[in-house]
Amino acid sequence: MLRFIIRRVIIIIPMLFIIVSLSWGLIRLAPGNFYTAEKKLAPSVEANLRQKYGLNKPWYVQYGRVLWNMARFDFGSSLKYEGQSVNQILLRAFPVSAALGLSAYLLALGVGITTGTLAALRQNSWIDYASMALAMIGISIPNFVLGPLLVLLFGLTLFWLPPALWDGFPSKSIVLPAITLSAIYIAYIARLTRSGMLEVMRSDYIRTARAKGLSESKVVTRHALRGGLLPVVSFSGPALAFLITGTVVVERVFALPGLGNYFINACFNRDEPLIIGIVAFIAISVLAFNLLVDIAYGFIDPRIRY
Amino acid sequence: MTRVTEPFAVASGSVLHPVNDKTSKLAGHGKEPTEPALTPLGSPPEPPVSPHGDEAIHTGPEFAVGEGDVRSAEAGEYVAGSSLWKDAWRRLLRNKLAVFGMIVVILLVVASLAGPTIIKRVTGYSYDLIPKEETLNKSFPPFRAADGSFSWTHPMGTDNAGRDILARVLSGGQISLMVALIATLVSLVIGISYGATAGYLGGRLDDLMMRIVDVLYSLPYVIIVIVLLALLPAKTPTGQLAELFIALGAVSWLTMARIVRGQVMSLKNQEFVLAARATGVSTTKIIFRHLVPNTLGPVIVYATLTVPTVMLSEAFLSFLGLGVRPPRVSWGSLAADGAQNLAIYPWQLIFPGLTMALMLFSLNFLGDGLRDALDPQMRRE
Amino acid sequence: MNAMSSNGKLLSVRNLRTYFETEDGLVKAVDGIEFELGRGETLGIVGESGSGKSVTSLSLMRLIPDPPGKIVAGEVKLNGDDLLKLSPAEIRDIRGKRIAMIFQDPMTSLNPFMRISKQLMEVTQLHLGHHRAQAYEHAIDMLEQVGIPDARARADGYPHELSGGMRQRVMIAMALSCQPELLIADEPTTALDVTIQAQILELIKRLKSDTGASVILITHDLGVVAGMTDHIVVMYAGKIFECAPTAELFAQPGNPYTHALLRSVPDPTAREQKLYQIPGLPPDLAHLPMGCPFAPRCERAEELCHREFPPFVKLTREHYSLCHFANEVYAQANAKPGK
Repeated sequence: MLRFIIRRVIIIIPMLFIIVSLSWGLIRLAPGNFYTAEKKLAPSVEANLRQKYGLNKPWYVQYGRVLWNMARFDFGSSLKYEGQSVNQILLRAFPVSAALGLSAYLLALGVGITTGTLAALRQNSWIDYASMALAMIGISIPNFVLGPLLVLLFGLTLFWLPPALWDGFPSKSIVLPAITLSAIYIAYIARLTRSGMLEVMRSDYIRTARAKGLSESKVVTRHALRGGLLPVVSFSGPALAFLITGTVVVERVFALPGLGNYFINACFNRDEPLIIGIVAFIAISVLAFNLLVDIAYGFIDPRIRY
Repeated sequence: MTRVTEPFAVASGSVLHPVNDKTSKLAGHGKEPTEPALTPLGSPPEPPVSPHGDEAIHTGPEFAVGEGDVRSAEAGEYVAGSSLWKDAWRRLLRNKLAVFGMIVVILLVVASLAGPTIIKRVTGYSYDLIPKEETLNKSFPPFRAADGSFSWTHPMGTDNAGRDILARVLSGGQISLMVALIATLVSLVIGISYGATAGYLGGRLDDLMMRIVDVLYSLPYVIIVIVLLALLPAKTPTGQLAELFIALGAVSWLTMARIVRGQVMSLKNQEFVLAARATGVSTTKIIFRHLVPNTLGPVIVYATLTVPTVMLSEAFLSFLGLGVRPPRVSWGSLAADGAQNLAIYPWQLIFPGLTMALMLFSLNFLGDGLRDALDPQMRRE
Repeated sequence: MNAMSSNGKLLSVRNLRTYFETEDGLVKAVDGIEFELGRGETLGIVGESGSGKSVTSLSLMRLIPDPPGKIVAGEVKLNGDDLLKLSPAEIRDIRGKRIAMIFQDPMTSLNPFMRISKQLMEVTQLHLGHHRAQAYEHAIDMLEQVGIPDARARADGYPHELSGGMRQRVMIAMALSCQPELLIADEPTTALDVTIQAQILELIKRLKSDTGASVILITHDLGVVAGMTDHIVVMYAGKIFECAPTAELFAQPGNPYTHALLRSVPDPTAREQKLYQIPGLPPDLAHLPMGCPFAPRCERAEELCHREFPPFVKLTREHYSLCHFANEVYAQANAKPGK
């Protein structure tokens, strides 16, 4: 197990390298610069800017500098947000996104697993059909449609919840964004749990458990759940990739100052250091999280030996 | 975002083995030479074929019974040739939800293709027509004319510039559909070629190719896609779209490659492949003429899963302003426009949003139905 | 709960009917079964796939999945208590404690995610009220009794770490943990290596005589029942076709089906022998023909057989056969030597 972890941690480095290089390459290859986005500048001004940001050095020097800085976790300063270092922005924005993402996923797990298990245990009953229908709706409504609709209903008509903006954590301002973000995951997890549980409940060892005289609830909780939830665990890895893009949209819709929103703005502004910084950060988080999920899987299923 | 597939069927009678690699590890564990090849969670042994023609006495999965000889007529496995597809088609038609999905999808497709032309004939509005009169340059609610009276001209109302929303929604549908289909095609082409080659050639090359897939799988390279699309200048619309197809297709080919590889690996040792090789058929021909057609089952299923996923991806990219650029519209960009005026003119968001939801809803049901219909052939992989 | 049973028998099954609702119609998996089992006796239930033998055993323990199956009629008396009339809580009390069952495939019948010790402890903690340490020691003890080498070390492991034969031993240990009165073994050796089969059967035999339990052994393999059982019941299409004491069944079968089964066991000593196979295939239980279910495949079938359902003929005190020509078949079997 230890060797597996070490191997995976080591792989993170080249992967990071690839991602960052790709991003940097794309930014450089694209026409235009962060300062041309708005207006045409006088040549002398432009020359000064280039000097200031080291853009007049050959590309490989700049590339090397980027990598070197990254190794020291120094991503430089934002080109757009005057005077703020990328690290500062990261530190400010990350907790927002983390709070959002975490609450959304926990909500999804809670509601999804419960619904899915109930649906599986009461197969073909109204609970089953109703929850699977809802799940289907959850998968079909895009989050950028659901979000505004929820805002329309709860924020602008009923006035129960704030329609946008971030009010710190914990506060009401996280409710609608979290629900919006979690909707599709509730749906997926409910479906996965249902089919996972259905398959497990059909298996021979559940029949053995019943033959031992265990009550149905013990059969489900002690024997069935562990195997039945495995698909949900393995889903959680790739789900994070989903989650990131979902977070971007939700933060946009609700105007939350999280990583996603900063990221999009940085892309539009061609704010290179910020882009690289966020990309690197996200890459590390995703890779680390995937590793955690794999480890968790190894703990839950004793047959997997790394 | 497009990398995660919906691995399981909803209906009770069938469970598609998840594509995610982790659970496929389970199938390989604990196999003993003395034991029949069963899934790790157990299934009753299969009894012999019955004398009644096509019908095989088949172990229905509902029974935890040791016998299980009590269900017949899951004929798929024992009949060769064309009746496999006919069977699947029949099964699909029995599934009312899937049929409903199919009908709605067809209706929406027809509406998107023919709609804009019809509307242009009837009301004179197209998706980008801004009325000359200034009084019409504002957002009307559905079925209302400028003076507030009832009018058939704008069943979905207009946007802030006075453009007809219905025309825009249908045109947006054209774009969304086109992007989804072409991007899926791209991912199919890449995925099938890659996967079939890896699966057939096997050995170190296969190892390497799959390693690459593994690595790519864990990259959050939707982020890269965003960077890519954000940096593209808003050039000619066609140029923009081409990148969009490729970008979206490039994200979803991975799982397709894995599926195809798995299928090819289980097929390549069968006799028809040996026969082809014995008669000197070239490797490329073997892969593409012989093996690939036999992988169509799972490929079709995954393709029907990819289409809505890609559609959703395109939509949110357009919503963020990265996908389809003006003057073209897609459902995503319409939603973005509509979201801005949500408080005052909610119909600007509701109609495109609901149309899109309806399309995805139907595609998902159709996909589920197809999966169930084709499932008996795709036993537990 | 220890009432004296009416005739000193441990188990008495009368008119058991278990039907399944399927897409194809009503499947009568078990259709009117009757048999008895005395204390300390071993009963073999023999039949092809689809004959209803496993459904019978699951019906005894009321483990039939309720949709789509249902025990529609019958009486199953364990020491005088009708199991079919008990409440769910009461039947759960009996499962694992008074009746225990081992299944065909030990690989999938043990929970792959749970330690072996825990799976064993569950039973005694539930039924005998053991606390943890007690249950653990008992589990180790049972593992040793079934012949698991190095039991203490193995107990904390998982099922996938053991071989097939070992896993089946674990299942047996689990089943016998509470010293049940009846052990039902559903094809216990079918999924195992031939060499291991004999070991497992010996183990069951030994434990049976040690604990005084009765055993119902379900199998399709006549070789298995030959050395193990006191009585045999032959099932086909959900019905009992013949029942007799073991030796007599082998020596003098009274039913064409049994006769055919015996013929299909290859004899390594016979000189030139074409392998005999019963022609045709087991019937579709949703659409049984009129008359005798075996008639389509029976060598002696006559017009009567296809028309009328055969009677259950009493041949001797303990030997019955379901056939129009039971007496003839019985007599002929006596005349012919061997098989």
